[in-house]
Amino acid sequence: MKELVVISGKGGTGKTSLVASFAVLSSTAVLADCDVDAADLHLVLAPNVVETCEFSGGLRASIAPDLCTACGKCRQLCRFDAVCDDAGGPRIDPIACEGCGVCARFCDAGAIKMTPAVNGQWFVSETRCGPMVHARLGIAESNSGKLVSVVRDEARRIAEDRGCDLVIIDGSPGIGCPVIASIGGADLVLVVAEPTVSGVHDLQRVAELIAHFGLRGAVCVNKWDINEEIAARIQIRAEELGLIFAGRIRYDRTVTEAQIAGLSVVEYSANGVAAETRSLWRNVGALLNTAGTTRNNTK
Amino acid sequence: MKIAVASGKGGTGKTTVATNLAYVGSANGRSIAYLDCDVEEPNGSLFLKPEFGAASSAGILVPKVDESKCDLCGACGEICRFSAIAPVGRTVLVFNELCHGCGGCRLVCPTGAIEEVLHEIGVVRIGSVGSIAFVDGLLNVGQAMSPPVIKAVKAAAPAAEITIIDCPPGTSCPVIESLRGCDYLLLVTEPTPFGLNDLKLAAAMAREMRLPFGVVVNRAGLGDRHTDMYCDENDIEILVEIPDDRKIAEVYSRGQIVSEAIADYRRVFETLLAKIEFIAS
Repeated sequence: MKELVVISGKGGTGKTSLVASFAVLSSTAVLADCDVDAADLHLVLAPNVVETCEFSGGLRASIAPDLCTACGKCRQLCRFDAVCDDAGGPRIDPIACEGCGVCARFCDAGAIKMTPAVNGQWFVSETRCGPMVHARLGIAESNSGKLVSVVRDEARRIAEDRGCDLVIIDGSPGIGCPVIASIGGADLVLVVAEPTVSGVHDLQRVAELIAHFGLRGAVCVNKWDINEEIAARIQIRAEELGLIFAGRIRYDRTVTEAQIAGLSVVEYSANGVAAETRSLWRNVGALLNTAGTTRNNTK
Repeated sequence: MKIAVASGKGGTGKTTVATNLAYVGSANGRSIAYLDCDVEEPNGSLFLKPEFGAASSAGILVPKVDESKCDLCGACGEICRFSAIAPVGRTVLVFNELCHGCGGCRLVCPTGAIEEVLHEIGVVRIGSVGSIAFVDGLLNVGQAMSPPVIKAVKAAAPAAEITIIDCPPGTSCPVIESLRGCDYLLLVTEPTPFGLNDLKLAAAMAREMRLPFGVVVNRAGLGDRHTDMYCDENDIEILVEIPDDRKIAEVYSRGQIVSEAIADYRRVFETLLAKIEFIAS
């Protein structure tokens, strides 16, 4: 079983639209939406939820007002400015609390309790393209990296159970904790880049991240005709950064029309942008196959 | 006045809106502080092109164990909720990448064997261009936790009439850290199903944080009418619409400021800034 992760560094370059097309083209993959704080893949794949689970990534402090003496020690010790003053006395700001438990450990009155925080939910679903695992991080919640790990582990488990040969992961933008949690140990990381000065800058940092974790990376340029010169530069730069150039897709409003119709691009259209997506998928498929060979050889 | 620019979905035009607000504000004689809080992928400097002066280290305090004082009692490992410190065999291991910097281990250590040292997780750069003071942060590649770098960017902000905060995408802790203390939140969206779904999440976040907010619809005309309908039904004000114009995408791709490159768009951002100032005052 192989794992393909699609990320981008910069947001909004077309990760999710591409993953939806890949889901249709692969037909035997398990899908994992690891962009847990702004998940969108469900809008195209219309999953039927079969299982819902609560996610708790850590603890959260709360102060019992009847026991609290308002001595101020918790506020003094808290590094996260999570103790604020209300008319009724000190209170924990649940958004700021990291759940470290220092306040509870040092409260002389024993007024602070640590309880598991519910940070979100995750779902196992069926879609027209196969099983899908997805999640919703609660609004203004933390622990997104842990939730990503839960989603990924579950997708892998389902793939093993059902004998699926591929897990396709829709990642999140950036290079921080949810991205790190989504790429570790993957067989191939595909970066979707756009031909803009921001796109080039962000690709550089994502490439460094892929190298940092010793992973195999590829890059595709989306909307290449917005700036052909930068698109060409990305192709050269990618190879200097140790990434394999996997293809390019033109700018086309068909992509938005497909999204509005609730379809992937390859279901909605047959030519132009859809043909380029199919060709990209063939290249990615070939890279995934050689990833397996390399791994077997080294074993 | 502190204006934060956020979005839920990535790539909707946060940086375009934030840099253009800074540009028109500055062109109209206001003192501006621009804070790029998207420390994972900061792009503001590519457009505003500030001259940078000093750069400083940003980090968190992590434990350092003096083994000559440590009696391996294990109290540090017990209080740590993040598995960042643990006595193993005859030594104490510290995992800086897992540490949240709460300081609990130092407080519980009965022999005083733990001191805290700064562990760098990123850098903060300070610069300026014209009447715009510019601060951004860069999370070191491989580091997972961006909020401490965001905090450092905000701590380095100089005083200004208008502070513009370019936020990271999403609705979780890095965004929350960026939004803290702002007076008004601008949510940039695009009129597509993905844009609308993520706008709803961002609006819920704004309500959770009790922040006054309004919407900028970017690439207006690209998708469908559902975004307008949603804003209408939920009493959310759409402050301006930026049309879906390929010229804007091309100007952006080259790292130019739209208001500077295309005169017609300057008025859109002037209107936006005037509306925000009117609402927030």
